[in-house]
Amino acid sequence: MLAFVLRRLIQAVVVMLTVAFIAFMLFQYVGDPVTNLLGQDATVEQREQLRIDLGLDAPFPVQFARFVGNALRGEFGLSLRQGRKVSTLVVERFPATIELALSAAVIALLLGVPLGVYTALRRGSVGSQVWMTLSLVGVSLPTFLIGILLILLFAVIFKWLPSFGRGDVVSIGGWTTGFLSLDGWKHLVLPAVTLSVFQLALILRLVRAEMLEVLRTDYIKFARARGLTDRAVYFGHALKNTLVPVITITGLQLGQLIAFAIITETVFQWPGMGLLFIQAVQFADIPVMAAYLCLIALIFVLINLSVDLLYFAVDPRLRIERVAAAH
Amino acid sequence: MSTVLAPVKAPSRWARLADSDLWYSFRHSPTAIVAALIALLCVVCAVFAHWIAPHNPFDLATLDLLDARLPPAWVEGGSSKYLLGTDDQGRDILSALMYGSRISLFVGLASVALSMLIGVGLGLLSGFAGGSVDAFIMRVCDVMLSFPSILVALLIDGLGRALFPNAHESLAFSVLVFAIALTGWVQYARTVRGSTMVERNKEYVQAARVIGVAPLRVMFRHVLPNVLGPVLVLATIQIAGAIITEATLSFLGVGVPPTSPSLGTLIRIGQDFLFSGEWWITVFPGLMLVLIALSVNLLGDWLRDALNPRLR
Amino acid sequence: MAQPLLEVRHLRVEFPTRRGTLVALDDISFTIAPGEILGVVGESGAGKSLTGASIIGLLEPPGRIAAGEILLEGERIDNLPPERMRSVRGRRIGAIFQDPLTSLNPLYTVGRQLVETIQTHLPVDAQQARARAIALLKETGIPAAEQRFDHHPHQFSGGMRQRVVIALALAAEPQLIVADEPTTALDVSIQAQIIALLKRLTRQHGAAVMLVTHDMGVIAEACDRVAVMYAGRIVEVGPVQEVIHHPSHPYTVGLMGSIPSMDGAHERLLQIDGVMPRLNAIPNGCAFHPRCPRAFDRCRRERPDLMPAAATQAACWLVAAEREAR
Repeated sequence: MLAFVLRRLIQAVVVMLTVAFIAFMLFQYVGDPVTNLLGQDATVEQREQLRIDLGLDAPFPVQFARFVGNALRGEFGLSLRQGRKVSTLVVERFPATIELALSAAVIALLLGVPLGVYTALRRGSVGSQVWMTLSLVGVSLPTFLIGILLILLFAVIFKWLPSFGRGDVVSIGGWTTGFLSLDGWKHLVLPAVTLSVFQLALILRLVRAEMLEVLRTDYIKFARARGLTDRAVYFGHALKNTLVPVITITGLQLGQLIAFAIITETVFQWPGMGLLFIQAVQFADIPVMAAYLCLIALIFVLINLSVDLLYFAVDPRLRIERVAAAH
Repeated sequence: MSTVLAPVKAPSRWARLADSDLWYSFRHSPTAIVAALIALLCVVCAVFAHWIAPHNPFDLATLDLLDARLPPAWVEGGSSKYLLGTDDQGRDILSALMYGSRISLFVGLASVALSMLIGVGLGLLSGFAGGSVDAFIMRVCDVMLSFPSILVALLIDGLGRALFPNAHESLAFSVLVFAIALTGWVQYARTVRGSTMVERNKEYVQAARVIGVAPLRVMFRHVLPNVLGPVLVLATIQIAGAIITEATLSFLGVGVPPTSPSLGTLIRIGQDFLFSGEWWITVFPGLMLVLIALSVNLLGDWLRDALNPRLR
Repeated sequence: MAQPLLEVRHLRVEFPTRRGTLVALDDISFTIAPGEILGVVGESGAGKSLTGASIIGLLEPPGRIAAGEILLEGERIDNLPPERMRSVRGRRIGAIFQDPLTSLNPLYTVGRQLVETIQTHLPVDAQQARARAIALLKETGIPAAEQRFDHHPHQFSGGMRQRVVIALALAAEPQLIVADEPTTALDVSIQAQIIALLKRLTRQHGAAVMLVTHDMGVIAEACDRVAVMYAGRIVEVGPVQEVIHHPSHPYTVGLMGSIPSMDGAHERLLQIDGVMPRLNAIPNGCAFHPRCPRAFDRCRRERPDLMPAAATQAACWLVAAEREAR
């Protein structure tokens, strides 16, 4: 067990270093690293000083190490577009994206799992086919289009919900939350629903496919042959076996949600990290791009690790086999 | 006692296809037929846009600002000259749709083709070479899989922008196609690698080695036909994804160059007019996009079910 | 004659496909007496497993029972509503499948799966169920039953797992057990142990067994009577020693002759030419006639039913011819 955790930690570090490397390359070789650190309004003397300080003629590994050191402290220089510290910008925007992603995840799970189970058990029924078609549409609709259509319906035609921004937010410590005000909730609805649609459809189809697979296994056949009730067979046996791989995929999807928030934030002008990143790409604002990259990689790595550990806890086979197979 | 069998002529390829389970499944699946028809219609509109479209929305000489912001023909104020209305510059929406689809389809198909090339190539290399080459490529696959496609595409695109700030149009397209292609190659690589490893251990490969035939040539002739099925299914599924990715990138402003607007660009332009009530500028390109993606997805779904031996 | 425990009358199972309807079981009839072990033997694809599946009501769609009846203690069970059939399964008819590895849910402990089965059918509380489960585990020869109760299936070896499966099948004290190739997936050395266990336990619990297998050695070892199936039909049935040593149907003769034996004269092994026909190409008349060395005209035209032969019942016109000659 310990060996397993150690292995995964090492893998995580390797991935982070790789991403840091890519970010470093961006920093150094795309555009001017001095400009990246000081912003565009620095004087010639400031630039010269920094060049000496940075030792830009120092060997490559030294520069890389310095970059990593800075990154670990969250120091990415100044945004080329806004002139402010990158770390400040990111920290400001972080809560908005996280709240959006979490809300979307909850919606997707709460609806996706039961619907997936339903369409598997009531295969061929009208309701099941309706939901399967809807889920196919959900997967075929690009997120931004869903956002626009929702805006058209609820903001333009019905005028029930607002269509951009976060509304009134409350500051607690370093975190700004929209959960504590009605206005905040109203602003959250459309973006969260938009973001959740793709995940919802995905989870629905995944749960259904898994459940159908499980229902075909020998142990389900044997459970039925032993005369167990339908409830025991479907919800006691089949569901548990279905959910184990679904957990992994759903956990990984949380990372996807944070990334796809880029699109939703653009449509709704939601002030999160995604919007920041898009503006950085449009402007070729390298420091912000590099910082976002590293942060996202960190989040992904942490999520992957947690999901792996969770899997370990849930599936008893892995506890022995994985340890035995660890090479 | 042996009986001599009269040589039987094997049925031609077309005859086999017509009699096959695949064709039967297609004929009896109403959704597959409808999806194929819709997809065909969209493709025809896109490919022959130049000849079918009633106007050329990008020929500045034909634009008339007086015709701007007209609603679709069936709404009061519309005109039958512009069936689906016009945008703020007087461009005919219907024609813009066709030209836009053409670009969207082009980018989608090109990126999937490139994806296949990269993926199948790397998969073959990985499966055949084995050892550290294989391990490295698989690690890369793992890392790439855990990153969301949109991020990869955005990164490559952003890099392209930073490196070539005043890029020529075709360069911009190439970067875009490359960016989207990079998001999809992993699945091909994995599938092909699996099959390659299976074949590599078979005796005929070893025999070929002994005889002196380049095993690579043998592998091409035997591995490739085996993986064609799953690769095709993957491709169909990915086409819709690629089209959507391109639309998303264009919507975000980092996709196709503004001189060749795709459906995504049109939708972005239209969003600004939603609140002033000119919904058609956004909705129709949106509908077209959905139609294309949906029909391709339906076809892909049907193909996957039809080729899955366990579901028969 | 005492009422048979299980009676199958003219059972016909069909599979509608796009190329036409395939008949997988064609007019099968047989009985099983209480406490008797009936073997069902035949090649792969002869229909043995389908017979078992039909009896426990787990025939997979699109397969369906097109005609015939299945009676358990005189009552029909083939047309029961699903809820009634569910209560028959496990409680009155138990089942054992081929692969013990895939028969058990890997996520639950063995004990939990046992207790669940017991409590579904018997009115006992958790304590009693647990005690009963442990007793069953002990009976099936699993050492350290109390500890093993909390183990997961992957912690057992193949033979041990099959013992657990047998324990599960017996958990609710059924009168009949349908065992579908229970030893095929096991090591040869374990097979004999499992068969002996099955035989002993079913005698002790008073359960009858329908033992489906393609292994004649298992049949000889464990069964009282045996039915030989071919192409979805029963071609011969009778007491096991008679069918083995004095078979009447040419297919059975071929089967018995193709089994190598350690003792006896070293004659050449008999080989039956050809293969069993596929379901969409079953010949007219007697299904075996194209491969039969003694086929004659009537065999090609009319299908024979089971009729009394020397010591068994056989579906063969030769038997009828011999009877008329006497």
